[in-house]
Amino acid sequence: MVEVNLWSGLRRFTGDLAAVTVEAGTTGEMLDALVAAFPGLGPAIAAGVSVAVDGEIVNGRHIPITRGAEIYLLQRLKGG
Amino acid sequence: MAKDEIKTPFKLVGTRVPRPDGLDKVTGRARYGADFSAPGMLFGAVVRSPHAHARIRKIDASKALALAGVKAVVTRADFPTGLEGEKWNLQDNAMAGDVAFYDGHAVAAVAATSALLAKDAAKLIEVDYEILPHVTDVDEAMKPDAPVIRAGAADYSVPEGMPPNVVRYLDFGHGDLEAGFAAADLVRERTYKTEATHQGYIEPHACVGQLGADGKGEMWVTTQGQWYVRWMCAAVLGLDAAQLRVTPSEIGGGFGGKTTVFMEPLSLALSRKAGGKPVKIVMDRSEVLRATGPTASASMDVKLGMTKDGTITAARAEFRMQGGAYTGLSPVGEALQCAFAPYKLPAVSHIGYEVLANRPKAAAYRAPGSPMGAFAAESLIDEMCRELGLDPIEVRLKNAVTEGDKSSYGPTFKSIGLKEVLAATQAHPNYAVPLGPNQGRGVATGFWFNYNGDTSVSMAIAEDGTAQVAVGTPDIGGSRASLGLMVAETLGIPYEHVRVNVVETGALGVNEPSHGSRATFASGKAAVLATQEAIGEMCRRAAAEWGIDPEAVEWVDGAAQPSGPNAGKFPPMPIAEIAGNMSATGGPICGHWQGLPEGVGASFGTHVVDVEVDPETGKTTVLRYLVVQDAGRAIHPSYVEGQYQGGAAQGIGWALNEEYVYGTDGRLQNPIFLDYRIPVASDLPMIDTVIVEVPNPGHPFGVRGVGETGIAPPLPAIANAIAAATGARLRHLPMTPPKVLAAIRAGADG
Amino acid sequence: MSKIHVSATVNGDPVEFLADPRETLLDCLRDHLDLTGSKEGCGTGDCGACSVLLDGRLVCSCLVLGVEAEGKRVETIEGMAEPGGELHPLQRKFIEHAALQCGFCTPGILVASKALLARNPDPTEEEVRYWLAGNLCRCTGYDKIVRAVMDAAADLRGAA
Repeated sequence: MVEVNLWSGLRRFTGDLAAVTVEAGTTGEMLDALVAAFPGLGPAIAAGVSVAVDGEIVNGRHIPITRGAEIYLLQRLKGG
Repeated sequence: MAKDEIKTPFKLVGTRVPRPDGLDKVTGRARYGADFSAPGMLFGAVVRSPHAHARIRKIDASKALALAGVKAVVTRADFPTGLEGEKWNLQDNAMAGDVAFYDGHAVAAVAATSALLAKDAAKLIEVDYEILPHVTDVDEAMKPDAPVIRAGAADYSVPEGMPPNVVRYLDFGHGDLEAGFAAADLVRERTYKTEATHQGYIEPHACVGQLGADGKGEMWVTTQGQWYVRWMCAAVLGLDAAQLRVTPSEIGGGFGGKTTVFMEPLSLALSRKAGGKPVKIVMDRSEVLRATGPTASASMDVKLGMTKDGTITAARAEFRMQGGAYTGLSPVGEALQCAFAPYKLPAVSHIGYEVLANRPKAAAYRAPGSPMGAFAAESLIDEMCRELGLDPIEVRLKNAVTEGDKSSYGPTFKSIGLKEVLAATQAHPNYAVPLGPNQGRGVATGFWFNYNGDTSVSMAIAEDGTAQVAVGTPDIGGSRASLGLMVAETLGIPYEHVRVNVVETGALGVNEPSHGSRATFASGKAAVLATQEAIGEMCRRAAAEWGIDPEAVEWVDGAAQPSGPNAGKFPPMPIAEIAGNMSATGGPICGHWQGLPEGVGASFGTHVVDVEVDPETGKTTVLRYLVVQDAGRAIHPSYVEGQYQGGAAQGIGWALNEEYVYGTDGRLQNPIFLDYRIPVASDLPMIDTVIVEVPNPGHPFGVRGVGETGIAPPLPAIANAIAAATGARLRHLPMTPPKVLAAIRAGADG
Repeated sequence: MSKIHVSATVNGDPVEFLADPRETLLDCLRDHLDLTGSKEGCGTGDCGACSVLLDGRLVCSCLVLGVEAEGKRVETIEGMAEPGGELHPLQRKFIEHAALQCGFCTPGILVASKALLARNPDPTEEEVRYWLAGNLCRCTGYDKIVRAVMDAAADLRGAA
């Protein structure tokens, strides 16, 4: 199980939970599990999110997540 | 120079070698976007809306088409329908549909046998407009009764009941805000505004596009990202991406503004309609300013709590930004995430609104959002330091984040170098120079995440043991030099033996553009990993010759050698020998790496500026400027310094001169460089730099990325310096002489 | 509009071209003579990327009509190095000092700097900055450009 920290604006879709716990071994599984548990998160995740795993912003669905990892969802970042 | 004092175990990394494209660029041989021509080429011109918001009733191109030499006219009717999301945004921005959303919005394009003829023909295309009410200011656009730009454009994030032009809503933070403010000795809340600015690259957009009836096409274009041009043009025109081959030219500056498409799809559409003849489109400067770039304009509220000793107890930011008439382009999220990133905060709240307005579709601009966020947050921190009589660097050191601290935007920081940056700033002689009358010193810190992105790099060993590297990130500031240094260092061969080529879309897998400060980090890491693959192959070839286990071979100083006395006694086999025998030992020797390079390391910088303000005119003169920034590792220190200096100069322009000025008619009033005034040589002093190196453990040489952080601190640093010099606090950029004078005359609080 | 025949000398070579009376000297250099080293950044004389020497005088070639070059001497970036390829000290110093990033403004700045050093072989930093105030660079913040010009001036004085 991993705990995923959401940005406050997403709490509307999670029954006001700021962090939710899902079963996932990768970033992709984590995102899928979030949508399965809270379908209201679907549009936000489909619109694109950045995921920070243990302090590093990662891209892609196949990044491994270990038990106890720190996970944050962030609005997708763009660079210049 | 600070860099040269740092001892490194490297032979090449960290040296100031000549850049490989230097000779071409000082002799005029380098070919930029407008320098390319193809046989049988036509020239395109674009008809643009003179109105900020207008319904297009009818377009009549008959007079233009009647001119001899005019070969094709395209309007939105020539593009596929049914696109959604960003694809629709790109298509509608490239060519208006029923409605023109801003002054300069393309409504038709024409191709003819000469550039002059195309311009003449464009003037003959008659467009019947029904003028609609418009809004360009972000705060005006947020009012409930503002003209509605696009009904139904809001995304999932916008709660019910928001004004109609709010299309995205953000809300994030942590901690108990009320308790935080209650614990403070001083709480201040202020409102700040920044105006839209343009990236201001000196090279206008230019391309030659060719598209046949068979759906196969070619494009030569100035861009930060050839694969972005490919997918965007394919999406806008309904083409198969792999059938379009996009070759990047040398690029005359981008700063984020060349990570998207504008007239590129129009050249392809014209070419297809003109029987597949190549069509060249080169924008003029007013087209660049009216219809490309710019960045968002912002209106920002910040509230901070601070104890008497300078500890920040709580922070709240509410930012409103317009990014033009399309969704998703205003960097309000990044602005909020960067605003308080340097500080360890027990309680912080961020709220953001993205708002539509009748302005061009915003494009990325160097550390998108970070300069606005820094202006608001760092101005208020400075104001409170002054009120409490505290040193601005001491206060920043007291609150600075370090590895293991929770960031203001959520995650825990890995290795970062903010405290090292602040310590180096404090120790720099510029911070101790005595100031005269009407002079003031300002300090500010800035942040950028840095970025990786899709990356594909191939390298190959030539027959003589020299090396070629194919990368997909266009070289905007010397990246071929830094990539060449890293590959040569890894191979153990001279820098001059490596050639780095920026290649077309047919030659590699998908690469994201040179954006997000990623080129030296991501292409660099990929190039090193690709080189290590080739080294592994060369070690195997040597092992096969020697008849020993490949595991017993190591690569040292450009040669394979047995890894120890037990591995066998053979003299080192140099790269030239292995390469010379490649045909007989298994064929070509190549390396490749593709993926999303992990290990991005964030970067902080602190700037110190001394200004003198003329009390008679309000004119601000920058006397002295210092940039201190953590590079992780400076692969080529000269080009790292160049990024620091260039970022500072752009930030100085944003702070003092640059802004999009719209008339009450919604038309851009200053679409030429005379009136959109970027800094010139006589506006600036030398820009002193200190490269701090806290190596990023996620990169083989410690690179973090250096391009973007440096544009954020100048905005608040100069406002802080003006406040120190005059007592007048300016909270609305740019700080032009009339505004400064008015603030001085209004008393201490402008 | 009928075109006008123009004869001029460009980088020491006699040239002829047919110019539309509306075409600028920059258009003619780039489009008729294939000398694309001079750049158009603005078309209004504000950026200096098109700087050339016309009978020895520094001009923005976007503000000169092509037909005005009739009988005149034009010097562009392509003529700056020796015919055999040896670089002008300014060109060498620009590479050495990393005085270019994207390089788009570089041809104009080199031509303008050469004109400066022809009339003032020992300029102060301030004189360099004011002379180059008509040449926009968006990448460098001008620091390394100014250093390169002053170093090239010293080099040229030493050689003289």
